[in-house]
Amino acid sequence: MTAATSKSSIVNAWAALWWLPRGIIFGLMAFFIFGPLFNMLLWTVAEKWYFPYSFPLQYGFSSWEKVFAPRGGAIESLSNSLIVALLTVVVSLLLAIPAGYALARLKLPFRSLILLAFLIPQAFPNLTVYVNIARIFYEIGLNGTIPGVVLVHVSHGLVYAVWIATAAFSAIDVELEQAARNIGAGAMRTFMDVTLPLAAPGLMASAIFVFLESLDEFTGSYFVGAPDVNMLPLLLYTSAAGGNYQIASITALLLLVPSLVFMLLVERFLKADVLSRVGH
Amino acid sequence: MSRRLLGLALIFPALAVIVFLFILPLVMSAVGAFQVNGAFGWGNFVKTFDLYTKDIVFSVVIISLSTVLIGIASIAIGGYLTLGEHPVAVAILRWLYRWPMFIPFIVVGQILRTFLAKNGMMNNTFINLGLLTPIDAQSFLDWRGIVIAFVWKQTPFVTLLVAGAMASLNRETIDAARNLGASKLRVLIEIVVPQVAMTLTVGLILSFVTMMSVLSVPLMINAQSPTMLTADIAFRVNSYGDYGVANALGLVSLVLASSVAWIYLRASLKERA
Repeated sequence: MTAATSKSSIVNAWAALWWLPRGIIFGLMAFFIFGPLFNMLLWTVAEKWYFPYSFPLQYGFSSWEKVFAPRGGAIESLSNSLIVALLTVVVSLLLAIPAGYALARLKLPFRSLILLAFLIPQAFPNLTVYVNIARIFYEIGLNGTIPGVVLVHVSHGLVYAVWIATAAFSAIDVELEQAARNIGAGAMRTFMDVTLPLAAPGLMASAIFVFLESLDEFTGSYFVGAPDVNMLPLLLYTSAAGGNYQIASITALLLLVPSLVFMLLVERFLKADVLSRVGH
Repeated sequence: MSRRLLGLALIFPALAVIVFLFILPLVMSAVGAFQVNGAFGWGNFVKTFDLYTKDIVFSVVIISLSTVLIGIASIAIGGYLTLGEHPVAVAILRWLYRWPMFIPFIVVGQILRTFLAKNGMMNNTFINLGLLTPIDAQSFLDWRGIVIAFVWKQTPFVTLLVAGAMASLNRETIDAARNLGASKLRVLIEIVVPQVAMTLTVGLILSFVTMMSVLSVPLMINAQSPTMLTADIAFRVNSYGDYGVANALGLVSLVLASSVAWIYLRASLKERA
């Protein structure tokens, strides 16, 4: 054995030894990240689980049947949540597409101030705002209605919609639009046939963000929607407050799955050229 | 129609939503905080500080502590992602740290509530590993639970920003310092962190404000006194219909959030000067 190989084997041994502290730290991180999620999954299928047992005594799906029974409340909450989230996406995009196009392409006074204005709902503690919106909505009959909840979610999700739409439009090559105009297409036709399809992946990403933001929103729904418009986060809260961990965990899982799926999908739609322009 | 007018017309509907559904209620809450029985007065604030001084201090301490812990964790993770030399270890960490980012706060509250309880999975695991005896097991569902929930949920977001900023740094200074024999920790503290300080501050301020307005976590984990201001506001409105004190509490949290933003603005102006 030459000196060089024995030296390299010592280096290799040291490198292997480094996996010990790494393994401990990564293991602890994994325990604290996945432990709570695993705990939730166990609760969704726990029939019997009480002190001092570390694991459920009996597994089964009877809570699932209870949740999805006609009077279980989950179907109503789930469909309310989906309706609100879809309407929020539609309204947000209808507002954000013209705004984003104007911010990306047209000369505007106070452009950066306008961009910042959409950040305000995220940059201030919003609890008292929702309390006061609930008061205004109560006066005009919007409190406890789906349009009322949609409006609150739109105001909160608009920053994603407008900022990402603006970035998506500014990532498009202006020359493509000019070429369409040069061969005789009108402004509207150019927008519909050239600009909009090119911006579609970015707009899709902003739609995903708005959808998730709406699906997960608790505070606004709590003040403006409850108790007339029942939504998944409210069902989760009331069943957890009532000590029903099975139903709370199933609801939590229903909220979690779309978030994780979209997290994996969003990188496909949000390309680096758009991402680097967000907020500019 | 001129282009400028067309632009404003296209933006107007979106801007109107923000003005009517956020800025107007925000102003209403600020005005409402000073209204007692329809007249101007300080009554709401007297009541607020009488009843909730302890909760105000509690909220500031909890959120500040969480912000510091989030900062340390995100520098540590971001630093390892940037300076770590073993590609497999870096890849594992990059895959691992992001998971809590998109999990809604209400779900975070629920899953940590079962995880951190006295008979929760955390204590059970430690007992089964022999690290803890069943008698010593205690519930973490108090201020510690709130801090853990905030750090759990917000660290990935700040880390994402910080790691992004670290990745775009000029590698030459880092490599030069490493070649001169500086340890990784020293490079991280003396070279990397000062250059990403601005991004780190922005991330931490956004987290601070987010934590100031989260209602679900204190409701799910610890709604007993002392608790967070958000839980107090909800209680004031739901139990007493007392909008005056609720608005005053809201103004207090607004002042706290803006003072943090002000510190940031001052620091960034100083840096530019």
